[in-house]
Formats: sequence, structure tokens, C-alpha cells
Amino acid sequence: MSAVWLIATSVALYIQKAIGVAVPASVLDRGWIRRVLALLPVALLAALTATQTFVQTAGSNAGLVIDARVAGVAAAAVALALRAPFLVVVVVAALTAAGVRALA
Amino acid sequence: MSEHVVPPAPSTSDSTMRARRDGIGLGLIGVYGVSFGAVAVSGGFEVWQACVLSLVGFTGGSQFAYVGVVAAGGSAPAALASAVLLGTRNTLYGVRLSTLLPTSPLRRAVAAHLVIDETTAMALRHEHADDDGQAARAGFWATGVVLFITWNVTTLLGAVGTSALGEPDRFGLDAAAPAAFLALIWPRLRGRLGAATALLAVAIALGTALVAPAGVPVLAAAAVALLGLHPRLDVTGITAAPAAERAA
Repeated sequence: MSAVWLIATSVALYIQKAIGVAVPASVLDRGWIRRVLALLPVALLAALTATQTFVQTAGSNAGLVIDARVAGVAAAAVALALRAPFLVVVVVAALTAAGVRALA
Repeated sequence: MSEHVVPPAPSTSDSTMRARRDGIGLGLIGVYGVSFGAVAVSGGFEVWQACVLSLVGFTGGSQFAYVGVVAAGGSAPAALASAVLLGTRNTLYGVRLSTLLPTSPLRRAVAAHLVIDETTAMALRHEHADDDGQAARAGFWATGVVLFITWNVTTLLGAVGTSALGEPDRFGLDAAAPAAFLALIWPRLRGRLGAATALLAVAIALGTALVAPAGVPVLAAAAVALLGLHPRLDVTGITAAPAAERAA
């Protein structure tokens, strides 16, 4: 079941790209579409960052927690401010979280 | 080699070569596929599932979104919706690149698969390098092909490596996913509108997380994008494909 959703998602991601190159530009090149779609990734990525950092995933009760992930993401922010490349940012976050967890 | 036979018209072929070289350089950043493979497997996905997302889905942010939402306990439909909403920008990239891409249906269908942040940034960067769009196409293909290969090979390596590790949280991989999202959004936060949009989305997502099941908060926060319905909102600062800066 979950595999079906995963494959459907993958195919949908291709179809989205194909629509862009297939339809006449006039259909999608409208001001309000461009403005909404410019903001959409910012809103989604911000929400994903926040929920993956603070929302408790283990156990049954939902809620916000501060754990080693917060330290990892804070370290990632420092790395980004120092213009580190993507992979370095991710590794720094993982190592920091692992370090905090090892000390705790 | 055709270079020896046909004396190149200097401006065109120089700009094409330059675009191709830039594209290969940018395409190499696809090695961060290793982090996607690692995050996917530590989120409970099988190695082949990570590979399908990279081969067929092939758009980093949406792939991270799908595995992130499922790993956090969200439903598959919510994960699909998050991934597809995040992928809508590829549709607009396609519209923008439409006249630069090849006209033959088969080549166009293949090119469509490569329409992502990085290839769009590279094509637009070389759009005015010549009169016929050859440099832009060269940059697009070089970036896309190299990135597709590095992304998929490293996805497999990351996924296999992580499944060999066992107990991925001990290695801090649960912090790798949010760090990846932060890295993806970072270039869009510079302007006031980007920062305000992000803050509002964070507030809605965390507020919703207190009362709603996983997956819902991210979709609720997507509603912030409806601010774009306001006709005088100036989004020029955040529409440019952010990878353009990394291409330098």
C-alpha cells in the first residue's frame, strides 16, 4: 500500500514537470499564479523545517519537544551562514545531534 | 571529432563550451543524494523506495518532503500532497524554459524530467549568451545529466550505507532532514517577504502540530502562499531559482 503511494508520488512529480513544458505559456504565466507559486516553496520548506525540528515523533502523544535535533539544526544554520555547501550542512547537523545525544 | 573539421564560430561555441563546463560543475552537487538516501532509510523506507523516488521523482525538495512527512507519522496522502505542492515550482520552470528546450517530442519528454531548480538556474544564466539558445540548452543538459547520475548513484550509496548502520538516530540522522529543508529554504529567506512568509508558516505549522496529526501542519502552513493572491505583492526577490547563486 505505502509502495503504491510512493510510486504515485514519483510519477506525479514527473507529470508536474511535463505539464510545464507541454502547455502554452499563456495558460500558466499569470501574475497571481506566479506570486502564489513563488511563496509556496518558502511556506512549505519553513513548515517542514519547523515540524521536523520540534514535533515529537516517538511515542503516541503529539507535541513540541526540544531535543538533540534542535542543536543539530542550529549548527546547520551556523554552517549556512558561513556559506557551507549543502552536504556539509547536513553532516554538521547530524554530527551535532549525535554528539549532544552521546553526552546526554 | 567535429571540432577539427568545422572551424567553430568563436562566440557561439565558446559560450556553449562555457555553459557545458558550468553545468558539469553544478551537476556535481548532486552528491547530496547521499543525504537523501540516508534520510529515507532512517525514516523507515526501503532502499529500492529511496531509489524510485530519486529516479522517477527526481526533485530533491519534494523527495525530502515525502519521506519527511511519512517518517514523522503523517499519512501517505498528506506526504503526496506536500511533495506535489513543493513540486509546483517545477511546472513554472518548465513554462519559463519552454522556448529553450528541444522541440522533438521524445527529447522534450526527457528534458522535462530534468526541469528542476539547478537546471533552470543554469539555463537562465546562459540564456543571453548567444542568439539561438544553444548555450542555455548546453548548460541545461550538462547540469541535468550530471546531476541525475550523481543524485541517483549517491542516493543508492546513502540508502545502502544507512541500512547497514542500523539505529540511525544514534548518528543524528533525524536532524539531517530538517537541516536539509533549512538549506533548501536558506537562499529564499534573504528578502523581507521571504522571511515573513517563512515565519508565518512556522507559526501555523507548530500551532497546528499541537492539535492535528502529522502531515497536516505542513499542508496548513502552505495556505500562507495564498498571500500571493494580492495583486501588488512583489515576489521578484524569491522567484529566481536559488541554485543560480551556487552555480557561481
